[in-house]
Amino acid sequence: MGSLADTILIIVVLLNLALLGTGRLRPSIRLVAAQGMILGLLPLLVSEHGAGLRLALLAVATVALKGVAFPKLLYRSLRSSNAKHEIDPVVGVTASVPLGLLLLAGSFWMASRFQLPAGVEVASNLVLPVALATILCGLFLIITRLQALNQVLGYLVLENGIFVFGVALAHEEPFLVETGVLLDVFVGVFVMGIAIFHISRTFDHIDVKQLSRLKD
Amino acid sequence: MTIAALILIPAASGLLSFWLPSQLGRRALLVAAAVMHLGLTLSLWSARPEPTPGSWLAVDTPGLLFLTIASTLFMASAIYCTGYLSHEDVATHIDREERFLFSNEPESVFIGCLLLFLASMTLVTLSQHFGLLWVGVEATTLASAPLIYFHRNHRSLEATWKYLLICSVGIALALMGNFVLAVSASAAQAHDVNLHVTNLLANASKLDGVWLKAAFLFFLVGYGTKMGLAPMHTWLPDAHSEAPSPVSALLSGALLNCAFLGIFRVHQLCTAAGEGEFSRSLLVVFGLMSMSVAAVFILRARDFKRMLAYSSVEHMGILAIGVGLGGAGVLGAIFHAFNHSFTKAALFLAAGNILLVYDTKSINDVRGVQRRLPITGALWLAGFLAITGTPPFGTFLSEFTVLRAALDADRAVVATLYLVLLAIIFIGMANVMLKMSQGTAPESTPNSSKDKLVSVGPSLVLASLVFMFGFYIPKPLRNAFDEVTLSVREKKDSLEESATIVPLRVENETLTAISTEVQSALHEHGTEPKTDAEEIRE
Repeated sequence: MGSLADTILIIVVLLNLALLGTGRLRPSIRLVAAQGMILGLLPLLVSEHGAGLRLALLAVATVALKGVAFPKLLYRSLRSSNAKHEIDPVVGVTASVPLGLLLLAGSFWMASRFQLPAGVEVASNLVLPVALATILCGLFLIITRLQALNQVLGYLVLENGIFVFGVALAHEEPFLVETGVLLDVFVGVFVMGIAIFHISRTFDHIDVKQLSRLKD
Repeated sequence: MTIAALILIPAASGLLSFWLPSQLGRRALLVAAAVMHLGLTLSLWSARPEPTPGSWLAVDTPGLLFLTIASTLFMASAIYCTGYLSHEDVATHIDREERFLFSNEPESVFIGCLLLFLASMTLVTLSQHFGLLWVGVEATTLASAPLIYFHRNHRSLEATWKYLLICSVGIALALMGNFVLAVSASAAQAHDVNLHVTNLLANASKLDGVWLKAAFLFFLVGYGTKMGLAPMHTWLPDAHSEAPSPVSALLSGALLNCAFLGIFRVHQLCTAAGEGEFSRSLLVVFGLMSMSVAAVFILRARDFKRMLAYSSVEHMGILAIGVGLGGAGVLGAIFHAFNHSFTKAALFLAAGNILLVYDTKSINDVRGVQRRLPITGALWLAGFLAITGTPPFGTFLSEFTVLRAALDADRAVVATLYLVLLAIIFIGMANVMLKMSQGTAPESTPNSSKDKLVSVGPSLVLASLVFMFGFYIPKPLRNAFDEVTLSVREKKDSLEESATIVPLRVENETLTAISTEVQSALHEHGTEPKTDAEEIRE
């Protein structure tokens, strides 16, 4: 059980790095979808008593949303714009990968300094560092990538990182809240998709660098 | 029953409005829902309903206070909207800065989202579970984003995108805070503790301290983004200035407070767990930072709606400082939330009138509001006095209470910075707002409309409430302030409970007395606010 969870977490980290090294939008969406799908398996592995109905439902909902619905929505808003790839990111695509490795190392260091409170058991020792690294990777994407679509992907990666942490450590979350969270994220991506559609229609591109009229 | 109705009435009418074909019907629905919501909210003050099964939703004192603010402001905005929307009801508009044509969002979407926004804010104030609270806060972002994009032009689109992205990221961090809090609660001693507020407060001493602190940090940054605390406030001036004025009023007066409620609940928990020192010092630091940022940007403001937005950043800072100081500071902060919300909403609605007539947000192009729009001009002036904390408005009392808390706690540095920043902001706002209201009005303005009952009535009521708070606070409200203040008392004080309660009560009852006392003192010594005002008027 533990080793399977480890494998999933390692794949998640590799997908982070691959995403950092990709400038084209279509493959990026595919990478984030893959990450979401694989994370959907995580709820099935964390419980000691095997997967109950609650966790199974959560797994299905996660795969359906993160693996299928989100990529669909994003592909649709990509088609509505004529953007193909990232233009002039703040940090170049090739330079992003070593920086991503640095973030990963930093996450391991940070995680080693945090001690879980007594009585909290965790499926794998990798949970904390991988969650941190994924959150940081998401933030990094949001800050450095200038295509609106890439920023939404960054937000999804950030959400994935939080998901890793939540599923692995906080199994007390009641079903109502989990559904609420998934619903909110779904509507969030939906609304962002609409916003991208409007941006591409009014500005003829989805480059947020041009969104700079409002300042003091 | 009442609890469900409070959320379902606005939610259902919001959904209904998306499909309702009649324009008149939609506007009537908006006002009707607002009236029902306000009526139900006020009825909660006389009798509190039972919590819902599983106590997910319940009416408690902090929640009720913030629900009252949100509901009152929504009422004011709804009435204002009926007038506002008939002005906006043209097929195409000419963009006032870039001179191209654009059309508005369909009115059905606007009113629908407005009502859903109210439903989500109600959910935030009533939820008794940290997870549900999070769901509510995120829902407010999603419901209000289309409201900011009402005028479909470049700038409002930019503002909407920044709002969506920055707030979503912030709130995602608050979700992390939820999970960290859950870890802290699943420490060995507290195994069956869940994330219900009452349950957590009762078991606070069993929580793991380090993880609780980490959770507070995530919550502070996460909900702080939504609340507009510097340096996470960057979305706020854009969204507030580009949104239609009645929406700006709601964002600034009601939404920011909802986020503050989230932080306040976690702070309550930290205090109960004996980590109050940590959360209070962070709140003071973020509060002072917000006030400083606001002061800098208010001094160089060129756009009057942006200036009001930065003033919201300042006042959120004051709330954070008040709670961070503890004791009477909490009382001041909660009272200030009322004063600020009502004043700021009145100002944003007045700003909407000015914007309509002058068709510009540039401060330099607006002169003579008092002559052109007498009632709006008077409101603008009264609002200026109120928002800068000049006596006899309620804002003065609450800001003064926060100052006294700083002095009582021997926080001389905090008190000095607080006073200096308030003075700078006073000067900055006086410079702008007095210039706008005085001077000669232009011969002709782009729009010839005059003050109407729907356009000034809501602001007048809100402003008079703030004026009233300067002299008289209704008894139930005062008791509620007391109760909230006592709920974040440090644990060690509980031994000398009587000693804590008595002075607080006394002080509260003599607030009015203090006000007159201080007023006369100010007059004698000719302290900052008064002299500034006089100088500028000359």
